Amino acid sequence: MAQQSQSALIRWVDHRLPVFSFMQHELHEYPTPKNLNYWWNFGSLAGIVLVIMLVTGIFLAMQYTPHTDHAFDSVERIMRDVNYGWLIRYVHMNGASFFFIVVYIHIFRGLYYGSYKAPRELLWILGVVILLLMMATAFMGYVLPWGQMSFWGATVITNLFSAVPLVGESVVTWLWGGFSVDNPTLNRFFALHFLLPFVIVGVVVVHILALHQHGSNNPLGIDRKGPQDAIPFHPYYTVKDLFGLGVFLIAFAAFVFFAPNYMGHPDNYIPANPLVTPAHIVPEWYFLPFYAILRAVPDKLGGVLLMFGAVAVLFLVPWLDTSRVRSARFRPVYRQFFWLLLVDCVVLGWVGANPPEGAFITIGRIATAWYFLHFLVILPLLGKLERPLPLPTSISTPVLKGGGLAGASAAPMEKP
Amino acid sequence: MANSASTTTPAGHDEGGTRRDFLYLAAGAVGGIGVASAVWPFISSMNPAADVRALSSTEVDLSPVKEGQAITVTWRGKPVFVRRRTPEEVKSAVDVALADLPDPQPDQARVKKPEWLIVVGVCTHLGCVPLGQKSTDPRGDYGGWFCPCHGSHYDTSGRIRKGPAPQNLTVPGYEFLSDTSIRIG
Repeated sequence: MAQQSQSALIRWVDHRLPVFSFMQHELHEYPTPKNLNYWWNFGSLAGIVLVIMLVTGIFLAMQYTPHTDHAFDSVERIMRDVNYGWLIRYVHMNGASFFFIVVYIHIFRGLYYGSYKAPRELLWILGVVILLLMMATAFMGYVLPWGQMSFWGATVITNLFSAVPLVGESVVTWLWGGFSVDNPTLNRFFALHFLLPFVIVGVVVVHILALHQHGSNNPLGIDRKGPQDAIPFHPYYTVKDLFGLGVFLIAFAAFVFFAPNYMGHPDNYIPANPLVTPAHIVPEWYFLPFYAILRAVPDKLGGVLLMFGAVAVLFLVPWLDTSRVRSARFRPVYRQFFWLLLVDCVVLGWVGANPPEGAFITIGRIATAWYFLHFLVILPLLGKLERPLPLPTSISTPVLKGGGLAGASAAPMEKP
Repeated sequence: MANSASTTTPAGHDEGGTRRDFLYLAAGAVGGIGVASAVWPFISSMNPAADVRALSSTEVDLSPVKEGQAITVTWRGKPVFVRRRTPEEVKSAVDVALADLPDPQPDQARVKKPEWLIVVGVCTHLGCVPLGQKSTDPRGDYGGWFCPCHGSHYDTSGRIRKGPAPQNLTVPGYEFLSDTSIRIG
């Protein structure tokens, strides 16, 4: 404990402002289930990517000009003239993609292991709030370089709000600050793109606060029965998280240095032209599944509602899933539906990347229907119909009975 | 590590400790070097960019400037005073005893042609632009420039004579391209 610290200065500070006790309690002793696998790395990874995005973003903002006449050129100046500007921008650009990769994995981890179930419903909801904020931030950030995709992406996405009955047109004019996407739009998007990441940091703090109330879920999805089921966060999970970070950074650096524009769109290197729409406009890859849902519906308002509904339905997942067993390890039927949902999302992304014609329309509609069917029908029914496998009595039991570390896997548990 | 610890003699225990220390220090060093090399591009990005560095010289046509007149040109975003001095001004600058100067420097060392005085128009105290370019400006007690911010007086060679400024007005690097034009920087 910090109170017993060797340093008189640390004890003096801690007595008045318990930062050291707090860190000791929440980062060092913080009891963590001892059976967490590598899928649990993605929460801390997301936090680190958020910091990378904040730092690179602040340094880019020092060089960027939020004006329609200068935005594109100022980004090119960052790429060509600013010392290491290319590096900082490529890290920020690819960081956005990797942020979504990490967060999507984090979300699917939660879905697989039932991390949203009592008592972690608010933790999950805060996570969905973070996802929404990330989407808004990413969208507005993509507008800032003021290329063709920026401009037309901004036009299409803001026009979604014109689907609102009666006030739609006024809302869009208000969003634009004019009668088309123009300088006032760019200015406010820059201001909000700067602001929202700090809002995300705030929600992340509350997310972690909620997490630390009951601690992490674990691959078995059962509660800790006592201290024998937990290990201190430090050094065990700091080391595990750092190792994961190392692997992540290798993949990240590979893209930044060798394929920095792989996940981008070449049309965004053409300056914005309000008079010509590119032949085939697509959002960034991380929005493609939602884009596919938008286009699946032949009705403007319906498409918009369904697209927002695709995120909104996540808020309800803790109550839509009626099963009392958390981990999919003990839910043989749910496990299959989980993988089906994952495939469904990939299919939606693939459809979203292709032009809305021919078979893509049909596939997109089936995949959209399945997405909502999964959450609204299958999840509630499965909880009632599925017969889960017997749960281990504690986190330690499978380890001790299985004889060695390999026993931490669920294999011995699945015998009836 | 655990296996070796269970079977160790005191000497072996020391060996185990050494290996753990080594891993700890090596991991820390890799992390430290990694963070430091990640920080470097960010710090470097705040230094002048290539387009800013490319703007580091200015050419000035001196032909319109009459004796006793002065013009102000911009070089690297700063004002540069170009004054065509009268023979009296040159004489008063040359005649000063070096011992009377806070920052001793002979006038000859500050000009290439006695007629033309070229100095950076930024007060060496805290960066204000001194008055004295226009004929209606106050020129201080020594006929050169007067800084209104904190009252520094410069003479006709741009040298500090009175007030808080520690140094003479800076003479930028420049060369005469012809009799009537110079390139600063």
